[in-house]
Amino acid sequence: MSPKTLYDKIWDAHVAHEADDGTCLLYIDRHLVHEVTSPQAFEGLRMTGRKVRAPEKTIAVPDHNVPTTPGREDPSNMTEDSAIQVAALDTNAKDFGIHYYPVSDIRQGIVHIVGPEQGWTLPGMTVVCGDSHTATHGAFGALAHGIGTSEVEHVLATQTLIQKKSKNMKVEITGKLRPGVTAKDITLSVIGATGTAGGTGYVIEYCGEAIRDLSMEGRMTVCNMAIEGGARAGLIAPDEKTFEYCKGRPHAPKGAQWEAAMDWWKTLFSDDDAVWDEIITLKGEDIAPVVTWGTSPEDVLPITAAVPAADDFEGGKIDAAQRSLDYMGLTPGTPLSDVEIDTVFIGSCTNGRIEDLRAAAAILKGKKKKDGLRAMVVPGSGLVRAQAEEEGLADIFKEAGFEWRLAGCSMCLAMNPDQLQPGERCAATSNRNFEGRQGRGGRTHLMSPAMAAAAAITGKLTDVREMM
Amino acid sequence: MDKFNTLTGIAAPMPLINVDTDMIIPKQFLKTIKRSGLGVNLFDEMRYDDDGKEIRDFVLNKDAYREAEILVAGDNFGCGSSREHAPWAIKDFGIRCIIAPSYADIFYNNCFKNGILPIALPQEQVDLLMKDAEKGSNARMIVDLDAQTVTSSDGEVFSFDLDPFKKHCLMNGLDDIGLTMEKAAAIDSFEAAVSQARPWV
Repeated sequence: MSPKTLYDKIWDAHVAHEADDGTCLLYIDRHLVHEVTSPQAFEGLRMTGRKVRAPEKTIAVPDHNVPTTPGREDPSNMTEDSAIQVAALDTNAKDFGIHYYPVSDIRQGIVHIVGPEQGWTLPGMTVVCGDSHTATHGAFGALAHGIGTSEVEHVLATQTLIQKKSKNMKVEITGKLRPGVTAKDITLSVIGATGTAGGTGYVIEYCGEAIRDLSMEGRMTVCNMAIEGGARAGLIAPDEKTFEYCKGRPHAPKGAQWEAAMDWWKTLFSDDDAVWDEIITLKGEDIAPVVTWGTSPEDVLPITAAVPAADDFEGGKIDAAQRSLDYMGLTPGTPLSDVEIDTVFIGSCTNGRIEDLRAAAAILKGKKKKDGLRAMVVPGSGLVRAQAEEEGLADIFKEAGFEWRLAGCSMCLAMNPDQLQPGERCAATSNRNFEGRQGRGGRTHLMSPAMAAAAAITGKLTDVREMM
Repeated sequence: MDKFNTLTGIAAPMPLINVDTDMIIPKQFLKTIKRSGLGVNLFDEMRYDDDGKEIRDFVLNKDAYREAEILVAGDNFGCGSSREHAPWAIKDFGIRCIIAPSYADIFYNNCFKNGILPIALPQEQVDLLMKDAEKGSNARMIVDLDAQTVTSSDGEVFSFDLDPFKKHCLMNGLDDIGLTMEKAAAIDSFEAAVSQARPWV
């Protein structure tokens, strides 16, 4: 048998039909749904009299729009258009008989945090959602990617997607990470190296000692931003950590089925002699704590660097860099650690899990945020929030002057009331620093939770290693 | 879905790389439960100032380009989120074709579901077409999907590649779901086999 990559193996196990030209119907094991990209898809089903083919494999949760302040179960505490979208999801979940976690349920949270937490996401599965950060689930060795609303409707109706296979890219992070360097620094550094279009046309498999050493939470952070690198999906081969994480989750298999699943899961790795279309290698020890300076996730630099000048770049990037510098209000040559911030946002599907909150709390313990700074923690799910309260992390955040919010996407994309004002500068643990992403005119610097916590204390972009 | 065959129209130049979906349609306009009506908010934060007035320098606010049906843009167009509101807004504005060196994957696929043709050409050729687009409303480009060519206003012809299945669907305005449902038997038998082999799924 010819050698295969992990992606090849999962792909081959899900082709329901292949046409002569290589166009495939890929069977979808899990379809995650949220309130923003699904209403038009359900409306399409109604108009054509179609049903949801596999409601038992379809899971819905409102996350993008929902306020993160108390009283949000009452729709009058939402803007009218947000309330309409959430109400539409309530109705659609009920009418079509799909699994649903409403805002009143402690299990509610960001869809990409809820899926793994509830054991919906398992190794070797195909997982899709009308959201680009579906890449997160690749951390389990699941083929997971975002789709548009037309494809959401297609999956609802047929439980398949029309797909052509992507190419295979291996991203290897060798050796150990240095102290203060996290999964977020890995994933940002990879994007900094490849650019935001570097992964276009590929599925990435992340491997190497530094990836193996990461917890499941860290692996989810890495895969989450595969999309910012342009890739269709990011994958990490499942191992004992993966199995340990999955075991006992509400929707994970049990008993004999668990044993049967394990037998298959243990075959999910890239063969030694598998063929790669592209290989990128970074040394773990070369990765520093990083921040973004511009308006593209590829605008990554170590915190010890200075703001670049537009003419440091080439081609179309010269104009883009100048536009970024103007938008971000930054002067070339300024040390990044001199850049003052107004807001700190800790949360999102990139960094809203328990380990992220632990990392931030470890820096904040016994300290206060800088006066006048706005700082908030938005746990990724109600269960993450409850666990953080039990571990005493919530008290650390509150004593440091942070707002302790309810779960949701919040200021990552600012569809709910959590937004930046024009000109406000934010240290954010989220995934995109696009113009206007966190609010019109808002300025976003992406970084790890520990780095964001350090920035909250000093009021500037800060090298977390100085606080360790 | 609308069929796409040939298009003769004004092309608007947007020489920016990494045009992201937050630029194309900012999130405040995603709170709709419809697909229509987003054209007025296409490129909203680049197109209007804080008071909602048009920013004169923005390409689609210039008289020459208000009726543009083609957009010529830089590398990695449509990067960012999966929001299909981006192609909905582009289509609703009246743009049916985009020409750029490359596209983000999800945006690229979303275009075809909405009767929009995203053409990928090498950078040097996009540069030439960008210059052509800068000539304004008198310079009309011709896009011929069947022949897979773009013809500039001065008659230079550029050929582009396209997946045959995507081309077929676009030319005939085919509904993907309808096509897939014709293969229901294959899906049924696959599902039955998987429920034996991987019953935990």
